Amino acid sequence: MVSVEDYGEFETEWCPGCGNFMILKAVKRALAELGKSPDEVLLTSGIGQSSKLPHYLKCNVFNGLHGRSLPPAIGAKLANHELTVLAVTGDGDCYGEGGNHFLHNVRRNPNITLIVHDNQIYGLTKGQASPTSELGMKTKVQTHGVFNTPLNPLSLAISLDCSFVSRGFAGDVAHLTELIKKAIQHKGFSLVDVLQPCISFNKLNTFSWYSERVYKMEEGDHDPNDRVKAFEKSLEWGEKIPLGIFYVNEKPTFEDHLDVLKSGTLVRNKSDPQKVDELLDRFI
Amino acid sequence: MSTDLVIKVGGAAGQGLQTIGVALAKTFKKSGFNVFATQFYLSRVRGGHNTFQLRVSDEPIRAMPEKVDILIALDEESIEEQIEEMFDGVIIFDNDVIKINNNNDNNNGIFFHVPMLKIAKDVCGNKIYSNSVASGAALGVMCFEFDYLAKVLAEVFKKKGDEIVDNNIKAARAGYDYAKKNFSSGCKFTVSEPTDKDGRMLIAGNDAVGLGALAAGVQFLAAYPMTPSTGVMTYVAANADDFNVVVEQAEDEIAALNMVLGASFAGARAMTTTSGGGFCLMSEALGLSGITETPAVIFLSQRPGPATGLPTMTEQGDLQFVLTAAQGEFPRCVLAPGTPDDCFYMTAEAFNIADKYQIPVFIMSDQYLADSLFTCQRFDPSKVKVARYLMSDEELADTDEYKRYELTPTGISLRAIPGQAGKVVVADSDEHNEYGHIDQTIENRILMNEKRMKKLDLLREDMEPPHQYGPKDARITLVGWGSTYGPLMEVVNILISEGHSVNHLHFTHVFPLPLEATKNILGNSETIVCVENNATGQFAKLLESETGLHVSENVLRSDGKPYSPESIIRSMREKGVI
Ligand SMILES: Cc1ncc(C[n+]2csc(CCOP(=O)(O)OP(=O)(O)O)c2C)c(N)n1
Ligand code: SF4
Repeated sequence: MVSVEDYGEFETEWCPGCGNFMILKAVKRALAELGKSPDEVLLTSGIGQSSKLPHYLKCNVFNGLHGRSLPPAIGAKLANHELTVLAVTGDGDCYGEGGNHFLHNVRRNPNITLIVHDNQIYGLTKGQASPTSELGMKTKVQTHGVFNTPLNPLSLAISLDCSFVSRGFAGDVAHLTELIKKAIQHKGFSLVDVLQPCISFNKLNTFSWYSERVYKMEEGDHDPNDRVKAFEKSLEWGEKIPLGIFYVNEKPTFEDHLDVLKSGTLVRNKSDPQKVDELLDRFI
Repeated sequence: MSTDLVIKVGGAAGQGLQTIGVALAKTFKKSGFNVFATQFYLSRVRGGHNTFQLRVSDEPIRAMPEKVDILIALDEESIEEQIEEMFDGVIIFDNDVIKINNNNDNNNGIFFHVPMLKIAKDVCGNKIYSNSVASGAALGVMCFEFDYLAKVLAEVFKKKGDEIVDNNIKAARAGYDYAKKNFSSGCKFTVSEPTDKDGRMLIAGNDAVGLGALAAGVQFLAAYPMTPSTGVMTYVAANADDFNVVVEQAEDEIAALNMVLGASFAGARAMTTTSGGGFCLMSEALGLSGITETPAVIFLSQRPGPATGLPTMTEQGDLQFVLTAAQGEFPRCVLAPGTPDDCFYMTAEAFNIADKYQIPVFIMSDQYLADSLFTCQRFDPSKVKVARYLMSDEELADTDEYKRYELTPTGISLRAIPGQAGKVVVADSDEHNEYGHIDQTIENRILMNEKRMKKLDLLREDMEPPHQYGPKDARITLVGWGSTYGPLMEVVNILISEGHSVNHLHFTHVFPLPLEATKNILGNSETIVCVENNATGQFAKLLESETGLHVSENVLRSDGKPYSPESIIRSMREKGVI
């Protein structure tokens, strides 16, 4: 039996009261409830307050560069597809600096879970706009208010036919835990975009701002297999903000296409230099 | 050398000059000759003026002289551009296709019209066979045994079926017969066939690197295509299924090296292939490899820069960039093969060094080495050792707490991989403690930085000393690195035959430099002349700053072309070195 305690307890560098704490709690619970032991799990992350999360629980960690949580995740997954791989990132990290990797890994569809701490602001660098910041939000850099159209990660993912698209809220750990569990269990690339209040720099999208607006989509109400409906739902933002699984599309994963993985993980393969001998004949 | 003949095929991209060139190169190799072939091509798929040049000799050769004996001209431009290089040679061309305006009477004797198009249509009913007519004609003017070409054509077109094979052979035979009968200076270029027909190979540098990676057990390759490195990616991809390799074309070079690091962290032998422009994008991840101590092999094939530069030409202009790329300081290793043999064995070695020291290792090639065809001895895979330097499950199980960055006297920590023996592995781009967790204290920073940098001392001992060619105590030492090996060897031969006191010192292990050996060999040299394919003498600077020795003269070239022995000698004369 795996318990939450197996994932340890660490001191953090987060501001007291930050939404990140709840996300950490949900990640730990989800992993423990799925019976994943720390050595089977790899968390990769980029740089940002959110990307420090892997350091605050016990498991395999590759904490890389800003915007680059996904490429090492996919590399590691291919090297050892038996690992449960989660990429942990922020909205700046994933949709800004790492936007290209986001697009292309949705297309690749590796069996990886992507958790985005979406606080609609850059936290670690002290409060600049992020790709998801609200129009009009003023910061020390966006002195006239944000006027670039905010990126809608869910619509974008659905438009790319992402295999699993969901949204959680850091203020509802129980619901978020279930979402993360489903995302990990889903075979394919799964996005969990998490609304995460940054109490230090985002004075607009606060706990109460989100709490007043979020609601859970009931299963009966929303059919996650209907892509067009899912897209419609993803556009809902403002007075009411839906939470839950927007879109699910079961399809072969990136690893499924690779016959070389069928005989076992790459890392356990033994190589033999003599094998190139047969290739040398072709140059004679 | 009793035989030393240069054949050049010139034409537009898409005219099939490479097919002709490769067929001829294989033909001569089959009959026991040493062959060396280079290509000059422009960055376009059709049109432009390209050449494929091959040199045939009964002695080992690795450079292209500036004279041409037989030119197969497929377009007018070939004649205009190459006529200067012809001394007493012959230009094979099809007067029905190319109109020549030849005002110079002296040139009259050198043109030999072969109605390639007409012969192809008459014999095979299709003009596409005129290339084979051309190859046959080239052998005809040499009165060379035809059978070798027939065998080569059969191999080259095997996949396309018997009819195509037969037609190509028929066309070649017709071209051959035509030339033998009509070439007025009959058999002027006759070569005597070597008796020694051992099983040598004809191979390009890029294929040799691909083979080296497969021999070393590469398991993962992520790259973004960029000339002239793409050949390695393609070669590994073509054999990936048989060798259990995952090859992924990344969305960009940033992703490519980051993917490689993820795969390597998880325990796979991983590499990327790129050229300077792509490596610019990778330099951030290079630092990540450095601080996380994650092994990575980076194959970097140089072309002239900056930015997009000259995509299909050659230069050795990226050394200083590779030595200092990425912010901060961390150990790295730079290897620069000079021959296909080096490409094979040193690629395999690169993986072992990366794994042993847990650092990024570069294999620096260039377009000249990547695309040229060389004859060489068959590689011996039994000489390739695969050393992974990973902890066994048992060793790890016996460890109470696994520390990825444990401080050790050598700076090298034992490496475990995720998912092994119930332990966890933590790697971090931030400065970290022994466990891999963020630690910003000054004491920790000092320890960790020292730990990483210490590895260079040990690594230096693994670096092979430079290779000396020519008399030990020569007055002038020509120093080179990487692909200039062949041309410089020939320069030494030529200059010695002219009575000069000169030798060549060639570096394949470029960084960290094998200091002791280098100082011992070079310490007594009166005149050190560094010869490099760049504008600023990048290796010379490294050599001077590392060894304290003084480089007397730089011979440099950065026009996009490789060195010919003649051009080096000319430059030495201009500089008054000889
Ligand atoms: C290449 C690079 N550029 C910039 C930075 C500085 N930087 C660190 S975190 C960050 C943004 C973080 O925002 P986000 O991903 O939303 O994470 P948060 O801190 O809000 O959780 C930036 C710009 C960096 N570390 N590396
Ligand atoms: S800056 Fe914002 S996001 Fe970062 S820890 Fe503080 S509250 Fe959380």
